[in-house]
Amino acid sequence: MFNIILNPPTFLVMALIGGLLIAIIASPLGIFMVWQKQSYFGATLAHSALLGVSLSLLFDLNPTLAIIFVSISIGMILFFLEQKSLLSTDTLLGILAHSSLAFGLIILSFQPSVQVDLMNYLFGDILSINQLDIILLISLLVAVLIYFANYWNQLLNLTLNKELAKIDGINIKNVQLAYILLLALLISLAIKIVGILLITSLLIIPAAAAHKLAKSPEQMLIYSLVIAIISVTGGLLASVMQDTPTGPSIVVCATLIFLASLIKK
Amino acid sequence: MPQKNNILPLIQATNVFHSYGNRQVLTDVSFAIYPNEVVTLIGPNGAGKSTLLKILLSLEKSNKGTIERKPNLTIGFMPQKVHLDSSLPLTVVRFLQLANHSNIFNNFYQKKQTNSTIEQTLIELGILSLKNRQLKSLSGGEFQRVLFARAIIKKPQLLILDEPVQGVDVQGQTELYHLINKVKDRLKCGILMVSHDLHIVMKSTNKVLCLNQHLCCSGSPSSISVNLEFQKIFGTGFEEVAIYEHHHNPDQCDHTHGD
Repeated sequence: MFNIILNPPTFLVMALIGGLLIAIIASPLGIFMVWQKQSYFGATLAHSALLGVSLSLLFDLNPTLAIIFVSISIGMILFFLEQKSLLSTDTLLGILAHSSLAFGLIILSFQPSVQVDLMNYLFGDILSINQLDIILLISLLVAVLIYFANYWNQLLNLTLNKELAKIDGINIKNVQLAYILLLALLISLAIKIVGILLITSLLIIPAAAAHKLAKSPEQMLIYSLVIAIISVTGGLLASVMQDTPTGPSIVVCATLIFLASLIKK
Repeated sequence: MPQKNNILPLIQATNVFHSYGNRQVLTDVSFAIYPNEVVTLIGPNGAGKSTLLKILLSLEKSNKGTIERKPNLTIGFMPQKVHLDSSLPLTVVRFLQLANHSNIFNNFYQKKQTNSTIEQTLIELGILSLKNRQLKSLSGGEFQRVLFARAIIKKPQLLILDEPVQGVDVQGQTELYHLINKVKDRLKCGILMVSHDLHIVMKSTNKVLCLNQHLCCSGSPSSISVNLEFQKIFGTGFEEVAIYEHHHNPDQCDHTHGD
Protein backbone atom coordinates (compact mmCIF):
# COMPACT_ATOMS: atom_id res chain seq x y z
CA MET A 1 0.00 0.00 0.00
CA PHE A 2 2.84 2.39 0.85
CA ASN A 3 4.71 1.34 -2.23
CA ILE A 4 2.41 3.52 -4.29
CA ILE A 5 3.59 6.58 -2.36
CA LEU A 6 7.29 5.71 -2.45
CA ASN A 7 7.13 4.79 -6.09
CA PRO A 8 4.30 6.86 -7.47
CA PRO A 9 2.90 6.10 -10.91
CA THR A 10 2.75 8.95 -13.43
CA PHE A 11 -0.99 9.50 -13.03
CA LEU A 12 -0.55 10.12 -9.32
CA VAL A 13 2.24 12.63 -9.88
CA MET A 14 0.07 14.39 -12.44
CA ALA A 15 -2.89 14.39 -10.05
CA LEU A 16 -0.76 15.78 -7.24
CA ILE A 17 0.70 18.56 -9.41
CA GLY A 18 -2.76 19.41 -10.70
CA GLY A 19 -4.27 19.30 -7.22
CA LEU A 20 -1.57 21.53 -5.72
CA LEU A 21 -1.93 24.05 -8.54
CA ILE A 22 -5.68 24.13 -7.90
CA ALA A 23 -5.11 24.62 -4.17
CA ILE A 24 -2.73 27.53 -4.78
CA ILE A 25 -5.03 29.25 -7.28
CA ALA A 26 -8.17 28.58 -5.24
CA SER A 27 -6.86 30.26 -2.06
CA PRO A 28 -6.81 33.93 -3.10
CA LEU A 29 -9.99 33.49 -5.15
CA GLY A 30 -11.67 31.61 -2.29
CA ILE A 31 -10.98 34.14 0.43
CA PHE A 32 -12.56 36.89 -1.67
CA MET A 33 -15.48 34.59 -2.33
CA VAL A 34 -15.97 34.32 1.45
CA TRP A 35 -15.46 38.05 2.02
CA GLN A 36 -17.85 39.01 -0.76
CA LYS A 37 -20.38 36.31 0.25
CA GLN A 38 -20.26 34.89 -3.25
CA SER A 39 -20.27 31.18 -2.47
CA TYR A 40 -23.54 30.63 -4.28
CA PHE A 41 -22.00 32.34 -7.26
CA GLY A 42 -19.28 29.70 -7.37
CA ALA A 43 -21.87 26.95 -7.07
CA THR A 44 -23.76 28.42 -10.02
CA LEU A 45 -20.65 28.46 -12.17
CA ALA A 46 -19.93 24.86 -11.19
CA HIS A 47 -23.45 23.67 -11.97
CA SER A 48 -23.31 25.33 -15.35
CA ALA A 49 -20.19 23.31 -16.09
CA LEU A 50 -22.39 20.26 -16.56
CA LEU A 51 -23.91 22.05 -19.52
CA GLY A 52 -20.37 22.37 -20.86
CA VAL A 53 -19.81 18.63 -20.39
CA SER A 54 -22.96 17.68 -22.25
CA LEU A 55 -22.29 20.15 -25.05
CA SER A 56 -18.81 18.72 -25.49
CA LEU A 57 -20.27 15.20 -25.79
CA LEU A 58 -23.00 16.35 -28.15
CA PHE A 59 -20.64 18.17 -30.52
CA ASP A 60 -17.60 15.96 -29.84
CA LEU A 61 -15.47 18.79 -28.42
CA ASN A 62 -12.68 18.77 -25.86
CA PRO A 63 -14.65 18.74 -22.56
CA THR A 64 -12.21 21.03 -20.70
CA LEU A 65 -12.45 23.71 -23.38
CA ALA A 66 -16.23 23.35 -23.61
CA ILE A 67 -16.56 23.78 -19.84
CA ILE A 68 -14.30 26.84 -19.91
CA PHE A 69 -16.43 28.35 -22.66
CA VAL A 70 -19.72 27.76 -20.83
CA SER A 71 -18.41 28.92 -17.42
CA ILE A 72 -17.02 32.15 -18.81
CA SER A 73 -20.27 32.83 -20.67
CA ILE A 74 -22.37 32.22 -17.55
CA GLY A 75 -19.97 34.34 -15.48
CA MET A 76 -20.31 37.26 -17.90
CA ILE A 77 -24.10 36.90 -18.10
CA LEU A 78 -24.34 36.92 -14.29
CA PHE A 79 -22.05 39.92 -13.99
CA PHE A 80 -24.07 42.03 -16.42
CA LEU A 81 -27.45 40.91 -15.08
CA GLU A 82 -26.26 41.88 -11.59
CA GLN A 83 -25.37 45.36 -12.84
CA LYS A 84 -28.92 45.77 -14.15
CA SER A 85 -30.26 44.62 -10.78
CA LEU A 86 -33.56 43.41 -12.23
CA LEU A 87 -33.83 40.62 -9.69
CA SER A 88 -32.04 40.01 -6.43
CA THR A 89 -28.75 38.23 -6.90
CA ASP A 90 -29.71 35.00 -5.17
CA THR A 91 -32.83 34.61 -7.31
CA LEU A 92 -30.76 35.23 -10.42
CA LEU A 93 -28.15 32.69 -9.33
CA GLY A 94 -30.83 30.14 -8.53
CA ILE A 95 -32.36 30.49 -11.98
CA LEU A 96 -29.06 30.22 -13.82
CA ALA A 97 -27.60 27.42 -11.69
CA HIS A 98 -30.55 25.11 -12.00
CA SER A 99 -31.62 25.91 -15.53
CA SER A 100 -28.12 25.27 -16.85
CA LEU A 101 -27.93 22.08 -14.77
CA ALA A 102 -31.31 20.95 -16.13
CA PHE A 103 -30.33 21.73 -19.72
CA GLY A 104 -27.08 19.86 -19.20
CA LEU A 105 -28.82 16.77 -17.79
CA ILE A 106 -31.39 16.66 -20.61
CA ILE A 107 -28.75 16.93 -23.30
CA LEU A 108 -26.77 14.21 -21.49
CA SER A 109 -29.82 11.91 -21.47
CA PHE A 110 -29.66 11.77 -25.26
CA GLN A 111 -26.20 10.21 -25.02
CA PRO A 112 -26.55 6.48 -24.33
CA SER A 113 -23.23 5.62 -22.63
CA VAL A 114 -22.19 8.42 -20.35
CA GLN A 115 -23.13 7.04 -16.94
CA VAL A 116 -19.53 6.62 -15.77
CA ASP A 117 -18.38 9.95 -17.15
CA LEU A 118 -21.17 11.74 -15.32
CA MET A 119 -20.09 10.36 -11.94
CA ASN A 120 -16.54 11.50 -12.62
CA TYR A 121 -17.66 15.02 -13.39
CA LEU A 122 -19.90 15.19 -10.35
CA PHE A 123 -17.32 13.89 -7.86
CA GLY A 124 -13.94 14.29 -9.55
CA ASP A 125 -11.54 11.71 -10.91
CA ILE A 126 -7.79 11.91 -10.39
CA LEU A 127 -7.15 9.65 -13.34
CA SER A 128 -8.61 12.15 -15.76
CA ILE A 129 -5.97 14.87 -15.26
CA ASN A 130 -3.83 15.16 -18.37
CA GLN A 131 -1.04 17.32 -19.72
CA LEU A 132 -3.40 19.89 -21.23
CA ASP A 133 -4.97 20.44 -17.79
CA ILE A 134 -1.57 21.00 -16.21
CA ILE A 135 -0.57 23.49 -18.90
CA LEU A 136 -3.88 25.35 -18.52
CA LEU A 137 -3.54 25.39 -14.72
CA ILE A 138 -0.01 26.81 -14.90
CA SER A 139 -1.21 29.53 -17.29
CA LEU A 140 -4.08 30.32 -14.94
CA LEU A 141 -1.69 30.50 -11.98
CA VAL A 142 0.41 33.07 -13.85
CA ALA A 143 -2.72 35.07 -14.69
CA VAL A 144 -3.91 34.97 -11.07
CA LEU A 145 -0.50 36.08 -9.79
CA ILE A 146 -0.38 39.02 -12.20
CA TYR A 147 -3.95 39.99 -11.33
CA PHE A 148 -3.47 39.98 -7.57
CA ALA A 149 -0.07 41.71 -7.74
CA ASN A 150 -1.84 44.62 -9.42
CA TYR A 151 -5.29 44.58 -7.91
CA TRP A 152 -5.07 42.99 -4.45
CA ASN A 153 -5.57 46.32 -2.69
CA GLN A 154 -8.21 47.48 -5.14
CA LEU A 155 -10.21 44.28 -4.77
CA LEU A 156 -9.96 44.60 -0.96
CA ASN A 157 -11.25 48.16 -1.21
CA LEU A 158 -14.22 47.27 -3.33
CA THR A 159 -14.98 44.27 -1.13
CA LEU A 160 -15.13 46.61 1.87
CA ASN A 161 -17.29 49.26 0.25
CA LYS A 162 -18.06 49.74 -3.42
CA GLU A 163 -18.92 53.43 -3.14
CA LEU A 164 -15.74 54.37 -1.32
CA ALA A 165 -13.71 52.36 -3.83
CA LYS A 166 -15.38 54.10 -6.75
CA ILE A 167 -14.83 57.56 -5.24
CA ASP A 168 -11.17 56.65 -4.79
CA GLY A 169 -10.96 56.16 -8.54
CA ILE A 170 -11.01 52.38 -8.70
CA ASN A 171 -12.58 50.95 -11.83
CA ILE A 172 -14.76 48.59 -9.81
CA LYS A 173 -16.46 47.02 -12.82
CA ASN A 174 -13.25 45.89 -14.48
CA VAL A 175 -11.59 44.70 -11.29
CA GLN A 176 -14.66 42.66 -10.30
CA LEU A 177 -15.22 41.28 -13.81
CA ALA A 178 -11.60 40.11 -14.03
CA TYR A 179 -12.00 38.39 -10.66
CA ILE A 180 -15.15 36.63 -11.83
CA LEU A 181 -13.48 35.45 -15.04
CA LEU A 182 -10.52 34.03 -13.11
CA LEU A 183 -12.99 32.30 -10.81
CA ALA A 184 -14.86 30.83 -13.80
CA LEU A 185 -11.58 29.56 -15.27
CA LEU A 186 -10.50 27.95 -12.00
CA ILE A 187 -13.85 26.25 -11.55
CA SER A 188 -13.79 24.83 -15.08
CA LEU A 189 -10.29 23.45 -14.57
CA ALA A 190 -10.84 22.16 -11.03
CA ILE A 191 -13.97 20.17 -11.86
CA LYS A 192 -11.92 17.20 -13.10
CA ILE A 193 -10.26 16.70 -9.76
CA VAL A 194 -12.84 17.89 -7.21
CA GLY A 195 -16.07 17.52 -9.15
CA ILE A 196 -18.96 19.84 -9.93
CA LEU A 197 -20.79 19.27 -6.65
CA LEU A 198 -17.80 19.96 -4.44
CA ILE A 199 -15.68 22.62 -6.11
CA THR A 200 -17.26 25.46 -4.11
CA SER A 201 -16.23 23.81 -0.88
CA LEU A 202 -12.58 23.73 -1.96
CA LEU A 203 -12.83 27.49 -2.42
CA ILE A 204 -14.70 28.20 0.79
CA ILE A 205 -13.71 25.73 3.49
CA PRO A 206 -9.95 26.54 3.61
CA ALA A 207 -10.81 30.26 3.67
CA ALA A 208 -13.35 29.73 6.45
CA ALA A 209 -10.86 27.69 8.47
CA ALA A 210 -8.19 30.37 7.98
CA HIS A 211 -10.60 33.09 9.11
CA LYS A 212 -10.42 32.03 12.75
CA LEU A 213 -6.64 32.27 12.83
CA ALA A 214 -5.98 35.36 10.72
CA LYS A 215 -5.60 38.96 11.86
CA SER A 216 -5.09 40.49 8.41
CA PRO A 217 -6.21 39.72 4.85
CA GLU A 218 -2.68 38.63 3.97
CA GLN A 219 -2.51 36.24 6.92
CA MET A 220 -5.82 34.76 5.90
CA LEU A 221 -4.41 34.16 2.42
CA ILE A 222 -1.36 32.34 3.75
CA TYR A 223 -3.30 30.18 6.22
CA SER A 224 -5.88 29.31 3.60
CA LEU A 225 -3.08 28.39 1.19
CA VAL A 226 -1.53 26.01 3.71
CA ILE A 227 -4.89 24.46 4.59
CA ALA A 228 -5.84 23.98 0.93
CA ILE A 229 -2.50 22.32 0.15
CA ILE A 230 -2.83 19.95 3.12
CA SER A 231 -6.42 19.10 2.16
CA VAL A 232 -5.62 18.35 -1.47
CA THR A 233 -2.57 16.25 -0.62
CA GLY A 234 -4.38 14.41 2.16
CA GLY A 235 -7.47 13.84 0.04
CA LEU A 236 -5.44 12.50 -2.88
CA LEU A 237 -3.50 10.11 -0.66
CA ALA A 238 -6.68 8.81 0.94
CA SER A 239 -8.19 8.42 -2.48
CA VAL A 240 -5.22 6.41 -3.77
CA MET A 241 -4.79 4.28 -0.68
CA GLN A 242 -8.42 3.60 0.24
CA ASP A 243 -9.91 4.01 -3.23
CA THR A 244 -12.31 6.69 -2.00
CA PRO A 245 -13.65 9.24 -4.52
CA THR A 246 -11.12 12.08 -4.85
CA GLY A 247 -13.34 15.14 -4.49
CA PRO A 248 -15.14 14.01 -1.33
CA SER A 249 -11.84 12.92 0.25
CA ILE A 250 -10.34 16.38 -0.30
CA VAL A 251 -13.44 18.11 1.06
CA VAL A 252 -13.58 15.86 4.14
CA CYS A 253 -9.92 16.64 4.78
CA ALA A 254 -10.58 20.41 4.56
CA THR A 255 -13.65 20.08 6.78
CA LEU A 256 -11.64 18.30 9.48
CA ILE A 257 -9.17 21.20 9.50
CA PHE A 258 -12.06 23.65 9.64
CA LEU A 259 -13.53 21.82 12.64
CA ALA A 260 -10.13 21.89 14.32
CA SER A 261 -9.95 25.66 13.74
CA LEU A 262 -13.20 26.08 15.67
CA ILE A 263 -11.48 24.86 18.81
CA LYS A 264 -9.33 28.00 18.84
CA LYS A 265 -11.08 30.70 20.79
CA MET B 1 -22.88 81.52 -11.42
CA PRO B 2 -20.86 84.40 -10.04
CA GLN B 3 -17.35 83.90 -8.81
CA LYS B 4 -16.50 84.74 -5.25
CA ASN B 5 -13.55 87.13 -5.05
CA ASN B 6 -12.31 85.66 -8.30
CA ILE B 7 -11.76 82.29 -6.63
CA LEU B 8 -13.04 79.36 -8.62
CA PRO B 9 -15.41 77.04 -6.81
CA LEU B 10 -14.19 73.54 -5.97
CA ILE B 11 -17.42 72.11 -7.21
CA GLN B 12 -20.44 73.72 -8.74
CA ALA B 13 -23.87 72.27 -9.44
CA THR B 14 -25.98 74.06 -12.01
CA ASN B 15 -29.69 73.38 -12.54
CA VAL B 16 -29.52 69.76 -11.49
CA PHE B 17 -32.65 67.66 -12.00
CA HIS B 18 -33.00 64.02 -11.07
CA SER B 19 -35.80 61.49 -10.86
CA TYR B 20 -36.20 57.82 -10.12
CA GLY B 21 -38.86 56.60 -12.52
CA ASN B 22 -41.78 58.96 -12.08
CA ARG B 23 -40.63 60.28 -8.75
CA GLN B 24 -38.89 63.64 -9.08
CA VAL B 25 -36.15 63.77 -6.43
CA LEU B 26 -34.22 66.90 -7.33
CA THR B 27 -35.60 69.95 -9.08
CA ASP B 28 -33.37 72.72 -10.35
CA VAL B 29 -30.67 72.56 -7.69
CA SER B 30 -27.77 74.98 -8.07
CA PHE B 31 -24.99 75.84 -5.65
CA ALA B 32 -21.23 76.02 -5.33
CA ILE B 33 -18.65 75.17 -2.71
CA TYR B 34 -15.52 77.30 -2.43
CA PRO B 35 -12.16 76.50 -0.81
CA ASN B 36 -12.05 76.95 2.96
CA GLU B 37 -15.83 77.14 3.12
CA VAL B 38 -18.20 75.02 5.16
CA VAL B 39 -21.54 74.26 3.56
CA THR B 40 -24.15 72.35 5.52
CA LEU B 41 -26.85 70.60 3.58
CA ILE B 42 -29.98 69.99 5.65
CA GLY B 43 -33.35 68.55 4.80
CA PRO B 44 -35.88 66.02 6.06
CA ASN B 45 -35.73 62.33 5.19
CA GLY B 46 -36.44 61.75 1.52
CA ALA B 47 -35.46 65.30 0.60
CA GLY B 48 -32.93 64.04 -1.93
CA LYS B 49 -29.80 64.69 0.12
CA SER B 50 -28.28 61.28 -0.59
CA THR B 51 -29.11 61.53 -4.27
CA LEU B 52 -27.47 64.94 -4.48
CA LEU B 53 -24.36 63.56 -2.77
CA LYS B 54 -24.20 60.63 -5.17
CA ILE B 55 -24.41 63.01 -8.11
CA LEU B 56 -21.67 65.25 -6.65
CA LEU B 57 -19.48 62.18 -6.09
CA SER B 58 -20.15 60.93 -9.65
CA LEU B 59 -21.69 57.74 -8.31
CA GLU B 60 -24.82 58.60 -10.22
CA LYS B 61 -25.49 60.76 -13.25
CA SER B 62 -28.16 63.44 -13.05
CA ASN B 63 -30.96 63.50 -15.62
CA LYS B 64 -30.33 67.15 -16.36
CA GLY B 65 -27.92 69.85 -15.30
CA THR B 66 -24.17 69.99 -14.89
CA ILE B 67 -21.63 69.37 -12.16
CA GLU B 68 -18.38 71.22 -12.69
CA ARG B 69 -15.33 70.25 -10.71
CA LYS B 70 -12.14 72.18 -10.35
CA PRO B 71 -9.52 70.37 -12.47
CA ASN B 72 -7.86 67.50 -10.54
CA LEU B 73 -10.15 68.03 -7.57
CA THR B 74 -9.43 65.57 -4.78
CA ILE B 75 -12.42 64.52 -2.68
CA GLY B 76 -12.42 62.85 0.70
CA PHE B 77 -15.71 61.17 1.52
CA MET B 78 -17.01 59.97 4.85
CA PRO B 79 -20.04 57.76 4.25
CA GLN B 80 -22.96 57.65 6.62
CA LYS B 81 -22.88 53.94 7.12
CA VAL B 82 -20.45 51.36 5.92
CA HIS B 83 -21.55 47.81 6.03
CA LEU B 84 -18.50 45.85 7.04
CA ASP B 85 -18.26 42.17 6.49
CA SER B 86 -16.92 40.72 9.70
CA SER B 87 -15.26 37.85 7.84
CA LEU B 88 -12.62 40.24 6.52
CA PRO B 89 -9.99 40.58 9.25
CA LEU B 90 -8.63 44.11 9.09
CA THR B 91 -6.88 46.38 11.57
CA VAL B 92 -7.48 50.13 11.65
CA VAL B 93 -4.01 50.85 10.29
CA ARG B 94 -4.40 48.39 7.41
CA PHE B 95 -7.81 49.86 6.61
CA LEU B 96 -6.23 53.31 6.36
CA GLN B 97 -3.36 51.96 4.28
CA LEU B 98 -5.95 50.71 1.81
CA ALA B 99 -6.92 54.30 1.02
CA ASN B 100 -3.74 54.14 -1.02
CA HIS B 101 -4.63 51.34 -3.37
CA SER B 102 -1.66 51.10 -5.73
CA ASN B 103 -0.25 47.71 -6.72
CA ILE B 104 1.77 45.74 -4.19
CA PHE B 105 5.16 46.81 -5.56
CA ASN B 106 4.52 50.55 -5.25
CA ASN B 107 2.83 49.91 -1.98
CA PHE B 108 6.03 48.41 -0.62
CA TYR B 109 8.02 51.56 -1.34
CA GLN B 110 5.37 53.99 -0.12
CA LYS B 111 4.61 52.10 3.05
CA LYS B 112 6.92 54.06 5.35
CA GLN B 113 5.62 57.43 4.23
CA THR B 114 2.00 56.26 4.34
CA ASN B 115 2.44 54.91 7.86
CA SER B 116 3.76 58.18 9.25
CA THR B 117 0.82 60.05 7.66
CA ILE B 118 -1.57 57.53 9.19
CA GLU B 119 0.01 57.94 12.61
CA GLN B 120 -0.20 61.73 12.45
CA THR B 121 -3.85 61.58 11.43
CA LEU B 122 -4.70 59.15 14.22
CA ILE B 123 -2.98 61.43 16.75
CA GLU B 124 -4.83 64.47 15.40
CA LEU B 125 -8.16 62.69 15.85
CA GLY B 126 -7.16 61.30 19.24
CA ILE B 127 -7.54 57.65 18.23
CA LEU B 128 -3.93 56.47 18.09
CA SER B 129 -4.84 53.79 20.61
CA LEU B 130 -7.13 52.19 18.02
CA LYS B 131 -4.30 51.73 15.52
CA ASN B 132 -3.94 47.98 15.86
CA ARG B 133 -7.53 47.15 16.78
CA GLN B 134 -9.66 45.03 14.46
CA LEU B 135 -12.29 47.08 12.62
CA LYS B 136 -15.10 44.79 13.72
CA SER B 137 -14.21 45.34 17.39
CA LEU B 138 -14.75 49.12 17.20
CA SER B 139 -17.77 50.88 18.68
CA GLY B 140 -19.97 53.03 16.45
CA GLY B 141 -18.32 56.28 17.56
CA GLU B 142 -14.81 54.87 17.20
CA PHE B 143 -15.57 53.56 13.75
CA GLN B 144 -16.95 56.95 12.73
CA ARG B 145 -13.64 58.57 13.62
CA VAL B 146 -11.75 55.93 11.68
CA LEU B 147 -13.93 56.67 8.65
CA PHE B 148 -13.22 60.36 9.14
CA ALA B 149 -9.50 59.57 9.29
CA ARG B 150 -9.77 57.69 6.00
CA ALA B 151 -11.53 60.64 4.39
CA ILE B 152 -8.80 63.13 5.32
CA ILE B 153 -5.72 60.93 4.95
CA LYS B 154 -5.03 61.95 1.38
CA LYS B 155 -5.41 65.67 2.20
CA PRO B 156 -8.43 66.30 -0.02
CA GLN B 157 -9.39 69.72 -1.35
CA LEU B 158 -13.04 68.95 -0.75
CA LEU B 159 -14.32 66.97 2.20
CA ILE B 160 -17.81 65.51 1.96
CA LEU B 161 -19.29 64.24 5.22
CA ASP B 162 -22.59 62.38 5.13
CA GLU B 163 -24.31 62.83 8.49
CA PRO B 164 -21.09 62.63 10.51
CA VAL B 165 -22.80 63.18 13.86
CA GLN B 166 -25.72 60.83 13.37
CA GLY B 167 -26.27 58.71 16.45
CA VAL B 168 -23.70 60.65 18.45
CA ASP B 169 -24.69 62.38 21.70
CA VAL B 170 -24.34 66.15 22.14
CA GLN B 171 -21.00 65.78 23.89
CA GLY B 172 -19.64 63.59 21.10
CA GLN B 173 -21.13 65.92 18.52
CA THR B 174 -19.24 68.88 19.96
CA GLU B 175 -16.02 66.87 19.97
CA LEU B 176 -16.48 65.73 16.40
CA TYR B 177 -17.26 69.26 15.19
CA HIS B 178 -14.16 70.44 16.99
CA LEU B 179 -12.07 67.87 15.11
CA ILE B 180 -13.65 68.76 11.79
CA ASN B 181 -12.78 72.42 12.39
CA LYS B 182 -9.22 71.54 13.33
CA VAL B 183 -8.79 69.51 10.17
CA LYS B 184 -10.36 72.24 8.06
CA ASP B 185 -7.96 74.84 9.44
CA ARG B 186 -5.01 72.61 8.59
CA LEU B 187 -6.09 71.46 5.13
CA LYS B 188 -7.86 74.67 4.09
CA CYS B 189 -10.33 72.44 2.33
CA GLY B 190 -13.94 73.05 1.43
CA ILE B 191 -16.43 71.01 3.45
CA LEU B 192 -19.87 69.82 2.52
CA MET B 193 -21.67 68.36 5.48
CA VAL B 194 -25.02 66.63 5.35
CA SER B 195 -27.35 66.66 8.31
CA HIS B 196 -30.94 65.68 8.87
CA ASP B 197 -31.08 67.93 11.90
CA LEU B 198 -32.99 70.92 10.58
CA HIS B 199 -31.94 73.40 13.23
CA ILE B 200 -28.60 72.73 14.79
CA VAL B 201 -25.58 72.96 12.53
CA MET B 202 -21.86 73.26 13.03
CA LYS B 203 -21.05 76.79 14.16
CA SER B 204 -18.34 77.40 11.59
CA THR B 205 -20.85 76.75 8.82
CA ASN B 206 -20.67 79.55 6.27
CA LYS B 207 -23.73 78.55 4.33
CA VAL B 208 -26.74 76.37 5.05
CA LEU B 209 -28.63 74.83 2.16
CA CYS B 210 -32.09 73.60 3.01
CA LEU B 211 -33.12 70.92 0.54
CA ASN B 212 -36.53 69.45 0.04
CA GLN B 213 -36.43 68.19 -3.54
CA HIS B 214 -35.56 71.78 -4.42
CA LEU B 215 -33.46 74.28 -2.50
CA CYS B 216 -36.11 75.90 -0.27
CA CYS B 217 -33.81 78.34 1.39
CA SER B 218 -30.23 79.08 2.21
CA GLY B 219 -28.40 81.40 4.53
CA SER B 220 -25.92 81.58 7.33
CA PRO B 221 -26.64 80.25 10.80
CA SER B 222 -26.87 82.42 13.85
CA SER B 223 -24.68 81.70 16.79
CA ILE B 224 -26.17 79.71 19.61
CA SER B 225 -24.15 81.51 22.21
CA VAL B 226 -26.23 84.64 21.62
CA ASN B 227 -29.47 82.70 21.63
CA LEU B 228 -30.43 82.98 25.28
CA GLU B 229 -33.50 80.84 24.95
CA PHE B 230 -31.45 77.92 23.71
CA GLN B 231 -28.97 78.34 26.54
CA LYS B 232 -31.82 78.38 29.02
CA ILE B 233 -33.09 75.04 27.76
CA PHE B 234 -29.92 73.13 26.99
CA GLY B 235 -27.35 74.89 29.16
CA THR B 236 -23.86 75.79 28.01
CA GLY B 237 -21.19 73.69 26.35
CA PHE B 238 -22.33 74.25 22.80
CA GLU B 239 -19.36 76.22 21.50
CA GLU B 240 -19.31 74.25 18.28
CA VAL B 241 -22.96 74.38 17.27
CA ALA B 242 -25.24 77.06 15.92
CA ILE B 243 -28.91 77.47 15.13
CA TYR B 244 -30.24 77.81 11.64
CA GLU B 245 -33.44 79.78 11.25
CA HIS B 246 -35.42 78.95 8.15
CA HIS B 247 -36.33 82.10 6.31
CA HIS B 248 -39.00 80.71 4.10
CA ASN B 249 -42.67 80.02 4.00
CA PRO B 250 -43.14 76.60 5.62
CA ASP B 251 -46.10 75.94 3.32
CA GLN B 252 -43.77 75.73 0.36
CA CYS B 253 -41.68 73.04 1.93
CA ASP B 254 -43.77 70.38 3.55
CA HIS B 255 -41.45 69.66 6.42
CA THR B 256 -42.00 70.72 9.96
CA HIS B 257 -39.42 72.69 11.81
CA GLY B 258 -40.78 71.80 15.16
CA ASP B 259 -41.50 75.38 16.00
